[in-house]
Order: sequence, then C-alpha cells, then structure tokens
Amino acid sequence: MSMDATRHAGLPVDHGDAEAEMDASRDLFGFWVFLMSDAVIFALLFATYGVMLPATAGGPTPASEYKIGPTFLETLVLLTSSLTFGMATVALKHAAQRRALLAWMAVTLALGLLFLGLELHDFADMAAHGAVPARSGFLSAFFGLVPLHGLHVLAGCLWILVMMAQLLIFGPDPRVRINIQRLGLFWHFLDIIWIAIFSTVYLPGLIR
Amino acid sequence: MSAPVWPALLGRFSWDALPFVRAWAHPDANEIIGAGAGGMVVAGALFAVALLTYLGRWRWLWREWITSLDHKKIGIMYVVLAFIMLARALIEANLMRLQQASAINAPGFVAPEHFAELFSTHGSIMIFFMAMPFLTGLMNYLVPLQIGSRDVAFPLVNAIGLWLTAAGAALMMASLVIGRFSTGGWSGYPPYTELAFSPGTGPDYWIWAVTLGSVASTLAGLNIAVTLYKMRCPGMKLMRMPLFCWTSLCTAILMVFAMPPLTVATALLALDRYLGFHFFTNTLGGNMMNYANLFWMFGHPEVYIVILPAFGIYSEVVSTFSGKELYGYISLVIATMAIAVLSFTVWLHHFFTMGQSADINAIFGIATMTIGVPTGVKIYNWIWTMFRGEVRFTTPMLYALAFMMTFVLGGLTGIILAFPPLDYLVHNTLFLVAHFHNMLIPGTLYGLVAAYTFWFPKAFGFRLNEFWGRVAVACWVIGFYLAFMPLYVLGAAGMTRRTQAVHEAAYRPWLYIAEVGAVILFCGLAALIVQLWVSIRDRDANRVPVGDPWDGRTLEWSIAAPPPEYNFAHIPHVERLDAFYHDKRSHAPYAAPPHYSAIEMPRNSRTAPVLGLAGAATGFALVWYMWWLAAVGAVAMVVTVIARSFVRDTERTITAEEIERTERAWLAEVARARPIPREIENSTANQGLAKVHA
Ligand SMILES: [Cu+2]
Repeated sequence: MSMDATRHAGLPVDHGDAEAEMDASRDLFGFWVFLMSDAVIFALLFATYGVMLPATAGGPTPASEYKIGPTFLETLVLLTSSLTFGMATVALKHAAQRRALLAWMAVTLALGLLFLGLELHDFADMAAHGAVPARSGFLSAFFGLVPLHGLHVLAGCLWILVMMAQLLIFGPDPRVRINIQRLGLFWHFLDIIWIAIFSTVYLPGLIR
Repeated sequence: MSAPVWPALLGRFSWDALPFVRAWAHPDANEIIGAGAGGMVVAGALFAVALLTYLGRWRWLWREWITSLDHKKIGIMYVVLAFIMLARALIEANLMRLQQASAINAPGFVAPEHFAELFSTHGSIMIFFMAMPFLTGLMNYLVPLQIGSRDVAFPLVNAIGLWLTAAGAALMMASLVIGRFSTGGWSGYPPYTELAFSPGTGPDYWIWAVTLGSVASTLAGLNIAVTLYKMRCPGMKLMRMPLFCWTSLCTAILMVFAMPPLTVATALLALDRYLGFHFFTNTLGGNMMNYANLFWMFGHPEVYIVILPAFGIYSEVVSTFSGKELYGYISLVIATMAIAVLSFTVWLHHFFTMGQSADINAIFGIATMTIGVPTGVKIYNWIWTMFRGEVRFTTPMLYALAFMMTFVLGGLTGIILAFPPLDYLVHNTLFLVAHFHNMLIPGTLYGLVAAYTFWFPKAFGFRLNEFWGRVAVACWVIGFYLAFMPLYVLGAAGMTRRTQAVHEAAYRPWLYIAEVGAVILFCGLAALIVQLWVSIRDRDANRVPVGDPWDGRTLEWSIAAPPPEYNFAHIPHVERLDAFYHDKRSHAPYAAPPHYSAIEMPRNSRTAPVLGLAGAATGFALVWYMWWLAAVGAVAMVVTVIARSFVRDTERTITAEEIERTERAWLAEVARARPIPREIENSTANQGLAKVHA
C-alpha cells in the first residue's frame, strides 16, 4: 500500500507494521477530534470575554491590570517550550536517542512550570489590586478564560511526568510513542491558544 | 430540624433534607408524594441489591456487564438506563397533568415548588438521561455491526461515557431522596438559578448531573465519529454505509461540537454559584444573555442530536419492511448533512422575545424555516421507498408511519413558531410545549422504540411479542394525540407553560383530555413492559438464532443472533450498498470460510466503573458542600486515569479453535433452519433464515 507510506510522513509512527500504523492513525485522529471539541470550549470563552469586556462595573479595567513585560515573557517561555517539545518528537523518531528524548521532555516540563509560576505571580498581583473574579463581569470573564489555559498547561505538565515515567519503565513501546505524539499535539495546541490569548486579551487591553 | 448536621463531614445536610422527615412533620398530599417518590428509589435500590444477592449474581454482573468493554453490552446497558429513566419521567408527566386537571380554581395536591421540580426533572431526564443514553446505546450497538467492524475505535472511552452518564442519572435519583431538585426548568436559566434566588441544592444537582451527562456525550460522539471514519471494513466506502451510520456520523459530529457549549454554560453557572463570579448575575456586570446564547448553541443542535438517529432508524425500517432499496439514498445523505449544518445556525429562535433587533430575528427565523426543506426531502424519500414496495405493517413500520404523519404536523407548527411575530403571540405558552413534544415524541421516542423492537431479536436472539408491540404503538400514538393536541388549543388560548394552578374554567375539558392522553401514554410504557415479560416467557418458541428474521439488508443481519463477542469471524468485504441483501441473492452468504484465526479483543476493565463512582461522589459532594469528599473524588479520578495508562496487558486472545467451535455451531443452526417467506416472519416458524425472494 503506497498511500500508507506517506500517511504519516515525518511522524514517528511504526512504519512497516500495518496494524500498528492503523492503530496510530486512529488514535491520533481521535485526539484531533478531542482537540476540536476543546477548541470549541476556548472559542466560547473568548466570545464571552469579548462580550463582557465593557462590564467592568466601575472596577479594574484591562488597562489598569495588564502588563506587557510579564505577559511577553510568558509568551516567550511557552513558545520555547513548544520548540523543545518539537525536539523531543525528533528524538522520538530515532530509537537510539532515549536520553535526548527524556532531556528534551524535562526541559519542556521546566518551561511549562516556569510559565505557570509567572502566570500565578501575575494573578496574585492582580488580586492584590482588588482585581478578583468576583469584582466584575469583565474580571469573571478574564478569570474564566486565562486560568483555564493555565489549568490545561498544568495537566500537560502532569502528562509529561507520566510519559517520562513510562519511558523509563516501558521504553518507547507503541503506546508510549502514540501518547507522546498526542501529548505533543496537546502542547502545541496550548501554544496556539496562548497566542490567541496574548493577541486578543492582553494586546488590545494594553492599547486601550 | 433544619440546622446542619456535622457540617465538617456532611456539609450543608440537615435532617430536613430527607423527604421522609418532611412528610412526618407536615403530612399533606404534597409531602407524602415526595416521600413516596424517595421511598420508591430507596425500595427499588434495596430490591435490586436483595435480588442480586439472592440469585448470587454479583460476580456475574461485575464480570459480564459492569467491567465489560464490549460495545454491544455497553449499548444494551445504555438502553436499560434509558428505560428506567423513561419510567420516572413519564410518571412525573402524569403527575403534572393530574395536578393541572385538578387545580382549576383550586390548589390541587402538588405545591408550586414541588410542581416546578417536577417539570425541571421531567425535561432534564427526558433529554439527558432518556433520549441521549437511548440513542447513544443504539449507535454503540449498531454502528460497528453495520460497518463490518469488531469494535468501536476506543472501547475504554466508550465504557467511561456509559458510567459517567450513569453517575449523572444517579445524581438525578439521589435528588429524590436527599434534598431538592432545581425549580429552574430543564434549561436552568439564570439569574433565577443563581445563588441569590435559588440558594438550595436544586440548581447544583442540575449542574452536576447535566455536566456529567454532557461530558459523557462528548466522549460518545468522539468515539462514534472516529469509529465511522477509521473502522469501516474493506469496501465500505462512505457512500455505501447504511443510512443509520450516516445519521450516527452526523449526530456524533454534532455531539463533539454542540456538547461543549453546554459544558461551558453549566461550568460558568457553577463558577457563579460557588465562587461568586459574575457571568450571569443581575449585578456587577453579569449578563444572562450570555447564558441564553451558550445554552441554545447546545440546545438547538441537541434537537437534531436526538432526532437524526431516528431518521436513520426509520430509513432502515422502511426499506427493510418495504423490501426495497432506500429511495434517493444520496439525497438522504445530503439532507442529513444539511440538517446537521443548519442546526447550528438557528439557536437564537429560542429567544426571539428577548429584545434583539427585528433584523436579527428575521434572519434567524428564515434560517429556521430552511431546515424544513431537507426534512421534507427525507419524508418524500421514505414515501417513495414504500411506493410499489411489498410493505409489511409490522410494529416498527407502524411507528414509522405514525412518525411521518405526526412529525409533519409538528413541522407545520414549527413554521408558525419560526415566524417571530407569531412567536411573540404564543411565547411561553403551552403551544410551545405541544410543538416540541410533537417533534420529540414521534421524532425520537417512536424511533427509539421502533429500533428497540426491530433490533431486539439481533441483540437477544428472540423476537418480541408482536401483539403487545402493536398495543404499545396504539397507546403511544393515541396517547400522544390526546395529550398534546389539547395543549395547542390551550396555548393558542393563552395558557402559559409551567403553571401549577389554572384560573380559567374554560380550559377544563382540554386539561381533562390531556390528562387522559398522559395516562394512555403511560399505558404505552406498561404495554412495553408486558411485551418484554411475555416475550421472555415465550422466548424458546421465538428464537431466531440464524440472525436474519426480517430479510435484512445490512451487515448486522449476516451474523448470529445474539452476535458473538468478536462480531465477525472474518471481516466482511463489501461491494455495494445493502451488501448482505444482495449477497443473499447472488451467492451463499452462510458458507464456512476455509480457516479461522485468533482474534484480539479488549480485556475487561475496572477503570470506567471506578471513574463513574468517583464522578458521582464528586458531584454529590459538591451539591452538599462536602469539600473533603469532593477533593477525594476528584483526586481519585485523576489517579485512576494515570494508573490505567500504566496497564499494558489490555487485550485477550480468543483462540481460533474457540471461534471455529462457535461458528460451526451457528452454521449448523443455519443448515437446520427452514427459510421463511416474509409473509410469515412473525410466526414461530421464523428461525432467522429469510427466504430469498428474487
Ligand atoms: Cu431550536
């Protein structure tokens, strides 16, 4: 079957074993469908944020709360983590490089945790100004959207830990390979969502 | 009495939360009904436990059903759950009708709060815990069989969906025994369901039950869609799929995209109620219209999630019992897709009266009416399928015919409602209630029951009793017309929906007729129970082990009834639409293959029931503010998922010898059976081997 050879060109799927190939194709496609469903959730929260932007109820506004420096730093950290995960995927392709794979995943994990730390610091800062979700509709919408992304990153970090443990226990068996690729899709997806948050929440808020 | 008991442990539980305690304190009809309902739940649960213990069936239940990952068993469990919930919601419907008929210038016997709980649970159950599990169960059972697959794409995800749905249903049942349910209707509109106006447990029960059901449906949709894309047997091109698969595919895609808005709506409402957010509140910038948009972005597609599978079922039924290929297959596929797409463009018609501009109302009104076009195409196709066919008026076929006539009627009233100025006139009246029951009873319930009757012999190996099936049809159809036609009249006369007492004596005769109709609808359910009882009693005379009792057309009829765990000993190859039907006519479909080989099937797993249990515990704990239990449940869920990801031994092998033994026994049955012409398919002579008509 010549089509199968090109179906996952460049992806570290089990080429050659037709059944494993079929399983991988099904599992990855299923995860894409899940991501589409998850994307709908984010899309609706973005829309809600857009609608509630003026509902500040006399409280803090985007201009008074958002800061370009820390958010830009967060963006850099998260984008870099996508790059390092990409390196991990490349390492996965070559069976001999388990140590490189683990190292790149560890770097990604560290960057993910750094991102979460920076974000939490931001939220604490906002809370210190009295910008808490219960203050206004605008802040509710902000805290409905942005921390949900953070929660996803947290889940991603947990997942990286689990996959590193499974790599050490099982080595790169087919299930580990498929799950690392799903994790990769998830991680890059979070990057895309963050870019949307940065460019539709923070940037317009700062331009005021 | 109403002081919290051990708040650190039991949260906001007080003795007053128990309906038995309330009935003891105030023994009036209202509280006694509440206590009776709670008592029925407790008695039912105790009876089930006692029966299982007496019969020594716990291990069997755990091994064969609860931990099973077999898509057929999961499908059957979904349908059983749906029937249990149908019984409860139908009893509630009868209680409401009885109350209204007895409360004309009188208080009646159900208090207003209690009445509001009744319509809220009735709607929530019928949609989330009757229609959804029923159709998910059917899709689970049928889709892999119809596309020549051994399994669904993700068996474990499938089981998790089932047990999360069961967890949501358990919360609905718990609300009868502990605390009170929401009084905010099935749509749970804030700000009424906000903490400020409904501080009790009601909206919280609603939120967590619906959220569990919604997440479960998203998973089910994902699984069915991927199954249909990736698991079809060789030659089963998309345009060779049975129409039920097509409607399942569109339903599944709708689930993947339409359930998230519901999850978002309930989650944001929970944030408002638990953490003081202001998404939908009256104060500090909250806006209820956010909720209306989110909810109906789910709510309208939901209408088609529950109706499209029935369209698929009727297509199979009409074609089979007319002995003809489906007329206009391609146009039916296109119409299905068109309906699925259009269903996302009309949600705003659920709030025409909430103050947007006339232009917006006009656009959404026109979009709404457009859906009538593909639906009309479908009706014509079914009629042309019957035309000059050899039509047999079996039970499923009678449902199909009743559906076509009744559904068209409902469609016409839908056009009335789609016209914004007319919608203003009948807004929030019983006219609307009549309309959506007019769509959902023939469009969903008839379809689901028709499917149950049609495929029951496939699932259990014996036919259902035809006489009691017809009695059930008569009850469902007559009951529907008596129960809901009066509501059109009452609605047009201005009687509002969700009203507990009536102050217009002229409504009396119509309310009485509606009450009689509700009782007859209940008799429909009773007839189904009798039918099941009689059929099980006479099962030996009605067995159809060969598996093709109705001269079926699609692949599921080509295997034994009930099917073996692996479905197909050899994965079929398909050359055209209705492959099995044509196989029967061109060559011998029951020939033994040259050899058998071993098959890998998923091993049973405890993961899904554990997740369901933890989900129910978490939801219950959140309702009652038992924070420690909520934390334990949530952590248990995460740990369970992670632990499962470390399990490697997930498959078991069915040996070639075992398969050969099973298949040989079946082929012997085939050789022994007498081919049955269609005219006597309902006689005991039918062993599931259809006589091939040229
Ligand atoms: Cu609608």
